Amino acid sequence: MGAAFFPVLFFTALWGGVGIAMPIMTPKGPHQNLIRCILMLTAACCWLFWLCCYMAQMNPLIGPKLKRDVVAMIGRSWNNPIVAG
Amino acid sequence: MGSLFRSEEMALCQLFLQSEAAYACVSELGELGLVQFRDLNPDVNAFQRKFVNEVRRCDEMERKLRYLEKEIKKDGIPMLDTGESPEAPQPREMIDLEATFEKLENELREVNQNAEALKRNFLELTELKHILRKTQVFFDESVPTVYKSSGAYSSSKYRRYPQMADNQNEDEQAQLLGEEGVRASQPGQNLKLGFVAGVILRERLPAFERMLWRACRGNVFLRQAMIETPLEDPTNGDQVHKSVFIIFFQGDQLKTRVKKICEGFRATLYPCPEAPADRREMAMGVMTRIEDLNTVLGQTQDHRHRVLVAAAKNLKNWFVKVRKIKAIYHTLNLFNLDVTQKCLIAECWVPLLDIETIQLALRRGTERSGSSVPPILNRMQTFENPPTYNRTNKFTKAFQALIDAYGVASYREMNPAPYTIITFPFLFAVMFGDLGHGAIMALFGLWMIRKEKGLAAQKTDNEIWNIFFGGRYIIFLMGVFSMYTGLIYNDIFSKSLNIFGSHWHLSYNKSTVMENKFLQLSPKGDYEGAPYPFGMDPIWQVAGANKIIFHNAYKMKISIIFGVIHMIFGVVMSWHNHTYFRNRISLLYEFIPQLVFLLLLFFYMVLLMFIKWIKFAATNDKPYSEACAPSILITFIDMVLFNTPKPPPENCETYMFMGQHFIQVLFVLVAVGCIPVMLLAKPLLIMQARKQANVQPIAGATSDAEAGGVSNSGSHGGGGGHEEEEELSEIFIHQSIHTIEYVLGSVSHTASYLRLWALSLAHAQLAEVLWTMVLSIGLKQEGPVGGIVLTCVFAFWAILTVGILVLMEGLSAFLHTLRLHWVEFQSKFYKGQGYAFQPFSFDAIIENGAAAAEE
Repeated sequence: MGAAFFPVLFFTALWGGVGIAMPIMTPKGPHQNLIRCILMLTAACCWLFWLCCYMAQMNPLIGPKLKRDVVAMIGRSWNNPIVAG
Repeated sequence: MGSLFRSEEMALCQLFLQSEAAYACVSELGELGLVQFRDLNPDVNAFQRKFVNEVRRCDEMERKLRYLEKEIKKDGIPMLDTGESPEAPQPREMIDLEATFEKLENELREVNQNAEALKRNFLELTELKHILRKTQVFFDESVPTVYKSSGAYSSSKYRRYPQMADNQNEDEQAQLLGEEGVRASQPGQNLKLGFVAGVILRERLPAFERMLWRACRGNVFLRQAMIETPLEDPTNGDQVHKSVFIIFFQGDQLKTRVKKICEGFRATLYPCPEAPADRREMAMGVMTRIEDLNTVLGQTQDHRHRVLVAAAKNLKNWFVKVRKIKAIYHTLNLFNLDVTQKCLIAECWVPLLDIETIQLALRRGTERSGSSVPPILNRMQTFENPPTYNRTNKFTKAFQALIDAYGVASYREMNPAPYTIITFPFLFAVMFGDLGHGAIMALFGLWMIRKEKGLAAQKTDNEIWNIFFGGRYIIFLMGVFSMYTGLIYNDIFSKSLNIFGSHWHLSYNKSTVMENKFLQLSPKGDYEGAPYPFGMDPIWQVAGANKIIFHNAYKMKISIIFGVIHMIFGVVMSWHNHTYFRNRISLLYEFIPQLVFLLLLFFYMVLLMFIKWIKFAATNDKPYSEACAPSILITFIDMVLFNTPKPPPENCETYMFMGQHFIQVLFVLVAVGCIPVMLLAKPLLIMQARKQANVQPIAGATSDAEAGGVSNSGSHGGGGGHEEEEELSEIFIHQSIHTIEYVLGSVSHTASYLRLWALSLAHAQLAEVLWTMVLSIGLKQEGPVGGIVLTCVFAFWAILTVGILVLMEGLSAFLHTLRLHWVEFQSKFYKGQGYAFQPFSFDAIIENGAAAAEE
């Protein structure tokens, strides 16, 4: 299993808050049901979109294929120096 | 249930209005805008209705107001538009309005006629003034020039045509020369020459001159001078250029001819005394009269301006009042007149929740009219389909308009609009996802929202702008969601953000890097084991060689995942409809098989995608390594066609999980079994219910209750048999079409959602092309010239980004999203066979009237 504990918990709690807690706390009014519907749909869509992106990268079947200049750039800019030798 | 999730409950009401109070009550209802009146006199033509005279009077008033408006605009006077909406006037006030408009129109017409007459006089005097001034020069030159020119003409003619010379010409010349030689000093010589003076349009002068020459055989002498300042044509106010001319001739015959030619060319002739003293005296008189006329003209114009300014202050209000009166009388024409009881009878659709509000309005109208008899509003029973009314505000109106453009919901049907508020911008964002482009769109939408009061007040007639402004909340949400999906795709103008640090690491040494043009990282050793926490790892944006392969696999899967869930959501909506309308047959034999079909085939495919993501990894041993990962599409096709899968690679297993083969066969069989249930169950049950109803009337009543809403015509006995047969065949045909549409539609709609991937790929690649071929070229330049080049290149890149990627790609994604909602989602539950509630509303009438006036 390739998932890390913290991101899954964090984003599930975040969108769970938007989709479950906030609808419960919606103030009463003529548009209460509409606001709840909007919040729940937003949370469901955004959470599922994030989850699919996360799961697609959990267990990659292929690795990225990089050009030489890209490798040099990564070595210099992304704090990933190339080993001498 | 909220007011937007279903259309409002509507009631058909009968309204009894006292004749004296009817006008005021209808006026109050027009202000309210919650009542849709029915036409109770459809057979009566427009000219035979009771209040046709009042409508005609309103039309006449409107014509006068339009005339006033035209005159006001001609003078460039600003019209006061307070934006407030005055109340509809009382009927007796209509007479005052008529008198006011009549007086204003007559006064304005009189002023216009006077101004025109004065301007004509002014023009004539001005022309005369110019003639008197210019002819002074003519007369000073005339004495010596006449002989010289006249002689020149004769000589020229003589030389050109010697054979044609006749004795008369020779005699004339001899006489002139002789007279000159003999009586050169005598003053009486000039009296023999006549002349006319006038003014002609400058463009007609050359033709005029040629005509004179030919008609008079060169025996006239024409002098002309331009009038420097243009003169105003009193008829249409145009500025025209004219010239003063004077013609010298001998004899009455030539005089007659000259005058006819002047008349033909529409030259204006003026009397001009020959003596200098007389001319000077006339010029002074003309100047005096011109000054007087100028004064009078100025006063006339001032008066006209004052009249128009006073009218301009009230014109908008007058338009509103007249339109309201006209609308009220149009509505009163829909009513029935009860002569015996002296009241008007109306029928109208009203929202059920607003009946009390309407009662209050009617009471206000009655009090205003001073009538003592209260209006009566009775609710009536009806089997007609009521109109569909969805209560919207400025935020929800645009989304409701999107749905209504496809079809207005049937009465009390589930309204897709509340769910579209989020699913529409979200699916758009899946296609359009880019943080930069989304920010541009969100800022534009936000600007329109923040400025919406000012922008709404401008009321431009630009159709494109009106569409954008009407959809400002949609645009804003589309922008915000595109920013979110842009963050997940990790794509901002085709570049990535590296916030959390890539979870892929290089392990190659320097010599390996230098020796190889391409290097591929291994999921086994170079991957951290847990993915980038939020969105796509930035390494994939720079992985030029296989970035598209990875993104395609990912985006195709999310397209199917969201598509199938969207469709399931739609089918569940049909469950809400069936339970609301108590359609038990449809609930059991349409909804359930539809849902089962979709879940067992397509949702199962979605589950396979998740299973593949979880189970297979490059770091796993076989049979769950990357080499063993099966293709979801091929697995699905093999499943549906009951194919035996081809042998897997070595040490791999045929199926992803234990028992998969059995489950797949079972699912396909059950799904296929649902098709005849959808196809036959409902018509057969209806047929059975009808048979029972025919045989046992009491049992038939029970069957009707159970059938729920299926109307029974069997009680008519033998006569209804034929009708029943037709209806049954219709029911079978309808059910067949519906079932085929659903089953085939499930397949094609699932494939249709792949456009989410296709649009997203196209958008990302276009952005990358703009980066690679436009902006990066500017960034590569060096030195001071590089700065200038970069500025130009950036401008070009920015224009293309907004013009192509935001506007054109945005429109494309919008249309595809619209289709996904109209066809793929709404076909699962939405009939859309209603008609919109169109209440009698002054706001709508005045808005349409103003729009029509603009055209």
